[in-house]
Order: sequence, then structure tokens, then C-alpha cells
Amino acid sequence: MDFFLNPLGFIREWLLSLLTSIGITGPAGDFALIVLGTVVVGGLGLTLPLALIYIERRLIGRFQDRIGPNRVGPEGIFQTVADAIKLLIKEDITPLGADKFIYNLAPIMAVVSVLTMWAILPFSYNVFGTDLNVGALYFVSVGSLGTLAIMLGGWASNNKYALLGAFRTVAQMVCYEVPMILAILVPVLLASSMSMNAISAAQDQVWFLFSAPVAAFIFFLTSVAETGRAPFDLLEAESEIVAGFNIEYSGMKFGMFFVGEFLHAFTVGALTATLFMGGWTGPFADQYPLLGMLYFSLKAFIAYFVVIWMRATFPRIRIDHMLELNWKFLVPLALGSIVVTMLVDKLYAEFLQALFVEGARAYVRGGLLLLGNLALAAGAMVIATRAARYMRLKEESDKYMPVVEAEHGHDDHGHDDHGHEPHGVVAAAH
Amino acid sequence: MSIPLSWYLALSAALFSIGVFGVLSRRNAVGVLMGVELMLNAVNINLVAFWHYGAFGPSTGLAFALIVIAIAAAEAAVGLALIISVYRRRKTVVVDDVNLMKF
Amino acid sequence: MSLDASQFVFLVTALVIVVSALFVVTARNLVHAALWLIATFAGMAVIFVLLNAGFLALVQVVVYIGAISILIIFAIMLTRRVMQDTGPQTNANWYWGAVVAVGVLVAALTMLQLPNALTLGASSLVPGFSSAPLPQPAEFADAAAFNTATLANLGLALSSPDHYLLPLLLVGALLAVAMVGSINIARDDKERE
Repeated sequence: MDFFLNPLGFIREWLLSLLTSIGITGPAGDFALIVLGTVVVGGLGLTLPLALIYIERRLIGRFQDRIGPNRVGPEGIFQTVADAIKLLIKEDITPLGADKFIYNLAPIMAVVSVLTMWAILPFSYNVFGTDLNVGALYFVSVGSLGTLAIMLGGWASNNKYALLGAFRTVAQMVCYEVPMILAILVPVLLASSMSMNAISAAQDQVWFLFSAPVAAFIFFLTSVAETGRAPFDLLEAESEIVAGFNIEYSGMKFGMFFVGEFLHAFTVGALTATLFMGGWTGPFADQYPLLGMLYFSLKAFIAYFVVIWMRATFPRIRIDHMLELNWKFLVPLALGSIVVTMLVDKLYAEFLQALFVEGARAYVRGGLLLLGNLALAAGAMVIATRAARYMRLKEESDKYMPVVEAEHGHDDHGHDDHGHEPHGVVAAAH
Repeated sequence: MSIPLSWYLALSAALFSIGVFGVLSRRNAVGVLMGVELMLNAVNINLVAFWHYGAFGPSTGLAFALIVIAIAAAEAAVGLALIISVYRRRKTVVVDDVNLMKF
Repeated sequence: MSLDASQFVFLVTALVIVVSALFVVTARNLVHAALWLIATFAGMAVIFVLLNAGFLALVQVVVYIGAISILIIFAIMLTRRVMQDTGPQTNANWYWGAVVAVGVLVAALTMLQLPNALTLGASSLVPGFSSAPLPQPAEFADAAAFNTATLANLGLALSSPDHYLLPLLLVGALLAVAMVGSINIARDDKERE
């Protein structure tokens, strides 16, 4: 068996022979290999943030026209190590009245929820932790543990700012889970499988980024919101609620939340790469798995770069805007995206598929889906612009018509059937 | 060797009776709701276990377990909304204190 | 009596489920009770995996752990006076509850013919059922293919008018009504005009 054709199988054979030589065989050997694999993937996941944090700080530095960390080691590459050591030797404070067990459990859960997502990432067609037939649902479900971790951390800290931060976070995460799941449905529909590996393989010719751009946009946006990063970083809005749910955490417990966040951001990149950017597919990737791993990492880093880019570009979104964006824009758009995908795909399969030769089918299907998605996006933009203009006009007329305001106040006292509702436009029409 | 069906049924019975105890003994309405959730879960074990042992068609047990989960979600949402509403009006969530309709 | 791996996993999981369920109904601090509830739900997911219902296990995690328990914790925190309430959390007649619960348990276990039912290898303890699950049909290459086929079957059954389309639609309607209703109930009176 060649290492370059089946790296995991090769290592597995080698380790099994090693285990057999020291007398471990059968189920015990398999179990040992599973444990080892878990440790390796987990170790990779836990050491990756050391690099990610450095990359992100340098990039953010560039975005803000400064240099970024450049003192510790050549070009500052040991900065994160130094930070980690600082966190490790800091005093570990448990606030008075905190619920100790939960307080200590929360950071662990925050990291675990992200790390378990790595079990299903297909790095290449035969390099993956496990290929669940419900993989797309799996990462949603373990992701919801992260919400729980934040809730518990905020509650157990016995601090009202922490609790407020936790409330905000949970509201945000629970809301944004809805359009995220709806958006995941689209690649699942297109690949007719929930297995991450099958979804990657289905994008061999046309990436779902092109055949389902709306779903890709929604998935990316909502996953960034799930990580709680800028512009969705209301949970730690420093100027409003000090530091959010992790205000009381210090030392390595804070470090674990931090690691969890960075790893989650990269995992978002990796998931976007898998679901919408073709995962490991690319030229010759189906012959040489290592090439597939390279493609996958490249795509994941590109997606991760966009996450950082967003963080550096957009200002923090206001909490009511955050909720309105979700419920009034993303959820209907995601539903529309599912409907468009279903309709176009079904119509194509029923009437058009037979007209094209085998090689061109994937591209025709992708093109049709792209057209459908563009129409949907255009419609959504028109509706959103109109709604925004209407709201703006309403607000302006409120502001510049003091007479109407006074009348409105008088009405309010009487509690007649007008109620609160007449803002400027309606009242002016009277 | 595999797990006998009766083990699942015994587990389900245990979980259900714990849920019954929770519903009957909790003072707090949220606690009562948690007991109900336990009971619904016990029902789900039964459905899926019978499905696994080939009681119904190829997917009946799964389908109805899914429906039970959906109903549990609806029940939790409505129940908690009621509890919060009661709390707003009466400043209590103790079931014994909400006795206006008691004859 | 020797146990194989799946039986061992089952027994450990069952122990976790029962113990955490007991804490759910007895814990004084309601937030702790909610956490034990989460442990119970997680154990249930493991049971579903043991029963070859991986999809249901994930749904269990998404819905119960990700949504319902968070909703419960939210409700506990919104009814905040409870958090300072450290007195006994059981009502005056809790022993009647215990009697009823034990009665239910005894009745159920009697129908299972305890203690016969818990010994291994005994045949057909539940009328009409063998003590072992049906073997996986031969046309599937491995367990993964079988699971995928099961999932596909479930999807078809839920969307076919001959099977469970009507229950599914009813559940959808119920969820919609429940959502609107609970928003309406929980809304502040000041916002209601």
C-alpha cells in the first residue's frame, strides 16, 4: 500500500503491525488506533490556534496599517507562545459566589464543542476522521453545545455583566442557527447526501458557491455570527457590557474560550470550504490524496481570510439590527433559496437533463441554479431597499414634524384606537 | 451478543417513573416541565427500541420519535411562555401558589 | 455472565441516565437540575446510537440540548427569584408522588417479568419479540450502507402521502401555532395594545 495513495490506510497498517508486534491485536488494537486518531486530530485542532492567532493579528495589523506583533522571535512568530505562557502562569481567580463546577466546566465545553466538529471534516477523499451519513447535521448539533457553554459560563460567574453578555450571546446564537440550518439544506439537496465527503465529491465539476451563492452567503454570515466575532461581537461589546460572558475568567480558562473562538473561526472557514468551495476536490485530487489535503487547506484558509477581512472591515452591528437582519432578511432569504434550488433542480432534471451530453450536464445545472439564485438575490435586494427607504422616510418625517408629534402625544393619553401606531407618515396623511 | 429489548424497556420504565415523580413532587413549574421532558424521552426510547427490534415498518418508530421530539419542543415553548406570563402577573412560579381557579 | 462492548456501553449509559434523571427531580438548585437534564439528554443520544438511530441521536442533541434545555435555563433565569430560593424544592405531598412513581415502575417492570427480563440470553421475554434485534438485511454491504438506506427510507416515509405526510404536516402546523401562541403569551402586557 502506497503512502501517497492512501496515507491514513498506510499509517494504519503500519501502526497495526506495530501493535501486533507488542501483543495488542483484534478489537483492542482497533480501539487503540481510534484513541490515537482522536488524540492526533484533537492535538492538531488545539495547536492550530497558536498559528491562527499569530496570522490573524498580523493580518489585522496590515488591515489597520500597522505592523502587528513583530518582537518575539523572527517576525514575531513566537508571540502566541509567549501569550500562552503568560496565560498559563497568571493567577487563576474564581469569583466569590461562583458555581465552581459549572464555572470550570464552561471553558472546557467551549473548546470541546468546536473540536468535535473536526471529526467529520474531510481533508481528502480518504483522509477524514469519520464519514457520518448525517455529517451536516452533526456539526450543527455539536455547535449547539458551544451556546450552552457560554450560557453556563455567564451564569456561573455570578456577575450581572457576564449574565447579560450570556443572554445576548444565546439570543444571537439560537437565532442565527435557524438560517444556518436552512442554508446547509441547500448543499445537502444538491448533493443528495448529508455526508460531508459526499458533499465534497458532488462539487467535482461545479462548486456550490456558484450553483448556490445565496445559501453560501447566508451560511458564511450566520456561521460568523455563531462564532461571535466582529461584526457580530455583541457578546463582548466592551463599551456596553464590559467583556461579556467571560469577564470573570482569567488565566488559562479565559485562554480556552479564546482558543475556542479562534478555532471556531477557522472551522467556519473549513466548513465553508467543504460545503461550498468543493472541499478537497481539484485537479488530480482524486488520485493523490495529499494534493486534496493541500486544496482543502488552501480553501479553508481563503475562507478564514474572509472571516478576518470582515472583522477588520465592518463595525459592530446593533442588537436590534442583529435580530432584524436575522428574522426579517436571512430567514426568508434562506427559505427562498431552498425553494428556488428545489424548483430549478427539479425542472432541470425533468425536462432539460436529457437534452445535454453527459459532460456538460453539471455545468448546465450549475448555470441554471446560478441564474435562479441571482434572480432571488435581486428580488431580495429590491424588497430590502424598499423596506429600508420606507423606514427611513418614516423616521425622517417623525423627526421633522413636531406638530404631528404633539398631536400624537395627545392621542396617546386618550388611549383611543389609534394607540401608539401613528408615526409621522400615517398621521400626516390625516 | 447484543442488548436484549427488555433492557431498553426497563430503562425506559425507570426514566418514565422518575419523570412522574418529578411532575408530582416539584414545587417549581419549571421543574414540573423538566419532569414532563423526562417522560417524553422515556417514550422515545420505547419507540426507537421497538423499531430497532423490528416491531413496525422500516421507519415507523423513527418517524414517530421525531414527531414526539417536535411536540416536546412545542410543549416546552408554550409551557415556558405560560410560566413566564404567570411569573409576570403573580411573581411566583410555585405551582401551589397559582390557585385562583381552585375550587 | 460476560458482557460484550455494546452491553457495557449500554449499562454505563443507563446508569448515567438514571442517576442524572434522579438529580433532575431532586436537585435543589434548578439550574443544576437543568444541567442534569442535559446529561440525561446526552445519555439518550448515546442510547439512540446504540439503537442504530444516529440521525435521531443528532436530532436529540440539536433539539433537546441545543434548544429545549437552553429555553429551560432561560426560563429559570427570567423567573429570577427562584435562583435565590434555597429551600426544599418539593411540595408538601411529595411522598404521594414517590408512591405513584414507584407504583408505575413496579407495574412496568412486572409486565417485563422481572427479574427474568434482565438476565442475558433468555429468549422472548417480551411477547412477540426475540431477545436479539433483527439481523441486518443481506443486501447491504455494511452497517453504514444500511444506516444510509434507513435514513432515506425515513425521508421517503415522512414525505409520502401513504405513510406519514399527514402527521408531519400536523406537527408543522402545531409548531407554527405553538410559536405564535407562546410569543403572544410571553409578550409583555405593555406591548399589547
